[in-house]
Amino acid sequence: MTNGMKYVDEFRDPALIDRVATEIRRVVDPQRHYRIMEVCGGHTHSIYRHGLRDVLPHNVELVHGPGCPVCVLPTGRVDDGLAIADHPEVVLTCFGDMMRVPGTRGTPLERKAQGADIRMVYSPLDALKLAQDDPSRHVCFFAIGFETTAPSTALTILRARELGLDNFSVFCNHVTIVPAMRAILDSPDMRLDGFVGPGHVSTIIGCRPYEFVARRYRKPVAVAGFEPLDLLEGILMVLRQLAAGEAKVENQYRRIVPWEGNVPALRALATVFELRPYFEWRGLGFISQSALKIRDAFARYDAEARFAVPGVRVTDPRAAQCGEILKGVLKPPQCKLFGRECNPEHPVGALMVSSEGACAAYYRYARVEEAAGA
Amino acid sequence: MLEAGAPPRRARFTDARIEMAHGAGGKASRRLVEGLIAPAFANPALAPLADAATFLIGGARVATTADGYVVKPLRFPGGSIGELAVNGTINDLAVSGARPAAMMASFILEAGLASEALRAEVEAMARAAERAGVPIVGGDTKVVEHGMCDGMYVTTFGVGVVDERLVLDPRTVRPGDRVLITGPIGDHGITILLARGELDLEADLRSDTRPLWPFVEALLATCAPRLRWMRDPTRGGVATALNELARDCGLGIALREDDVPLRREVRGACEVLGLDPLHIANEGQLLAIVAPDDAVAALDALRSVSGGEDARIIGEVTAEHPATVVGVNGYGGTRAIDMLVGDPLPRIC
Amino acid sequence: MCLAIPGQVIAFADDPTFAKVDVAGVRRTVNVGLLENEGVDIGDWVLIHVGFALSKVGEAEAHDQLRLLTALGEATLAMEEVAGYTFAPDVEGRG
Repeated sequence: MTNGMKYVDEFRDPALIDRVATEIRRVVDPQRHYRIMEVCGGHTHSIYRHGLRDVLPHNVELVHGPGCPVCVLPTGRVDDGLAIADHPEVVLTCFGDMMRVPGTRGTPLERKAQGADIRMVYSPLDALKLAQDDPSRHVCFFAIGFETTAPSTALTILRARELGLDNFSVFCNHVTIVPAMRAILDSPDMRLDGFVGPGHVSTIIGCRPYEFVARRYRKPVAVAGFEPLDLLEGILMVLRQLAAGEAKVENQYRRIVPWEGNVPALRALATVFELRPYFEWRGLGFISQSALKIRDAFARYDAEARFAVPGVRVTDPRAAQCGEILKGVLKPPQCKLFGRECNPEHPVGALMVSSEGACAAYYRYARVEEAAGA
Repeated sequence: MLEAGAPPRRARFTDARIEMAHGAGGKASRRLVEGLIAPAFANPALAPLADAATFLIGGARVATTADGYVVKPLRFPGGSIGELAVNGTINDLAVSGARPAAMMASFILEAGLASEALRAEVEAMARAAERAGVPIVGGDTKVVEHGMCDGMYVTTFGVGVVDERLVLDPRTVRPGDRVLITGPIGDHGITILLARGELDLEADLRSDTRPLWPFVEALLATCAPRLRWMRDPTRGGVATALNELARDCGLGIALREDDVPLRREVRGACEVLGLDPLHIANEGQLLAIVAPDDAVAALDALRSVSGGEDARIIGEVTAEHPATVVGVNGYGGTRAIDMLVGDPLPRIC
Repeated sequence: MCLAIPGQVIAFADDPTFAKVDVAGVRRTVNVGLLENEGVDIGDWVLIHVGFALSKVGEAEAHDQLRLLTALGEATLAMEEVAGYTFAPDVEGRG
């Protein structure tokens, strides 16, 4: 039975993976312990899903970064979204990941079971279509994501305006990756040797935005794709730079990522969004110029302009160490709640339920070691 | 957390409300049954919580099963609710080692349902029952108000006699035993998802619903006394079924991911939607655990059945990583494969 | 959400901002507005994410990358082989 997928399977070729793994082993200094951060939650997920730690030498440690947009969303913002859903005329739409994220009074899925009209969509365009199909309801799209996803929201808002819709809005929680990377680099707890850069964010913003990491902080960056071969090649690039004493930005994901980014996407972002002066990130605190807000010109499509939201700051439960895990200071099993009070069925924090959350990746894929008693 | 070799903990059910996840066939379903329902009915025939219950009546080991069907939409490529209902009950008996002898069907109908729709289902059920050689000998019909049951819900009940040569029990499973499957996974769940029409996705896929007794018969002829365990991986998929086995026998299961048969379109749909094919419902596949010496003959037996051409050996039981299912890929990378959590595809069967 | 997957453009809708894309036999309608500068043709491969195409897949770059990785380690192997001959006793007058 053939079920090949082009541009996927070639990058899962065991023979090539073996070659890169061998080269990695050749390049590393056995006396040195390397700490390389993969910024993007999708990379974390891929590393565990494909068992890549089994092919990396033990002295190459992958540190999980905060690139999970659902994970970094503070509980108070989840509550705000659910408050919008409380309006009887509202249909709240969100990606599947959001459905099981805990708010103060329950997850969107639990609220749905209690009668709130909350629906899962796979695209903001699905939400737009719902609005077109039912003018008697107001469809609100709970937008989350980094620069990978923000242009899609922007185009959807532009389309809503073209169609002259009045029953559609976006609750915007898009965040940007560079300020988070800077916050990690400036954090006193951090000792990192290099970065695997976020491949899909970079399809939009290109590779230039990471040059500050190389110039100011003297750390290598390899922007990498998500298949096993991509991640391993990206790690190899970082290790080679370290061996040569270099620090620059390299593009591993050349078949997809343009160095200059996607100009129509950046234009759409600039048209529809502006930067919030500051935004709170779980684990990283308030970061300035790190999140997107819908411009006044599009206020008609801004859920925060059309609905009042409580805007209450909610701190994480004290025992939960979501913040430390997001910064890479702790690994998921080091959180006291991991696998006990906090598990995918009853999550305390979003990291356990998001498809890009480090805790979810660990819980789903990495428990082999625990089961074997390692 | 997971302690190597520890007996499975008794589930506690403390949820305040029933949610969709409780019907998904994964962890929540398990907790509901083990924590709330089973303790109330507690008795030895119920205790194994297998697909069918077996007990002695006058010296014969009788198997009996019940299954409710709430699939939406009622008709879909490859089948319909009626056909699922008939095959599903036949299959629960078959995987318990019992040749299905007779069935009954209970209908809950929504006022306003077109009679033609009901006729189509009843005829589909008759055809499926005849194809499998199992008579539908009785049942019940109720009608509820418009808006109350989404067209129709069907529950089927079946009874059969367990083959005397068999001792199907997780406790007979040994390290080195092989895991076999009859064909590609995920066809049913993805077909239903696409048939709902809520997603803008098209593919040429059909539900794999079919009676499994011919496959079981072939296995019985080959290795009956040494056949360890069988399951039809419906809700929750292959991952959930194998996790339940791993938990019940306390051993590990190593699954060779590249060997699991999977259609291109199912793989593509899962990649697009972020789903794992191992968690998707099947309605016409059989998982079997056989002794290592029987593996090749068992595989040949499955392949000799019409529709069994894609049967494969997909893994083996191991003493390592107890009570855990682990996937191994082409370059030796490993990942744990968990039971289904949540309900990504509601009302799949 | 970084979930993005490559698919092949097989047709355009009446509105050319939308194209039908095939991912392993599964067909989905996708907005290609973000690729208006580059232009998209039937047969092109694109990366799709939440119903939008974000980038075209460069066939040449993909082949390049695979070719380089295939050659990986071969230069090293060759050198190690030669190094072996340097110190081996000259039995047949070779090296």
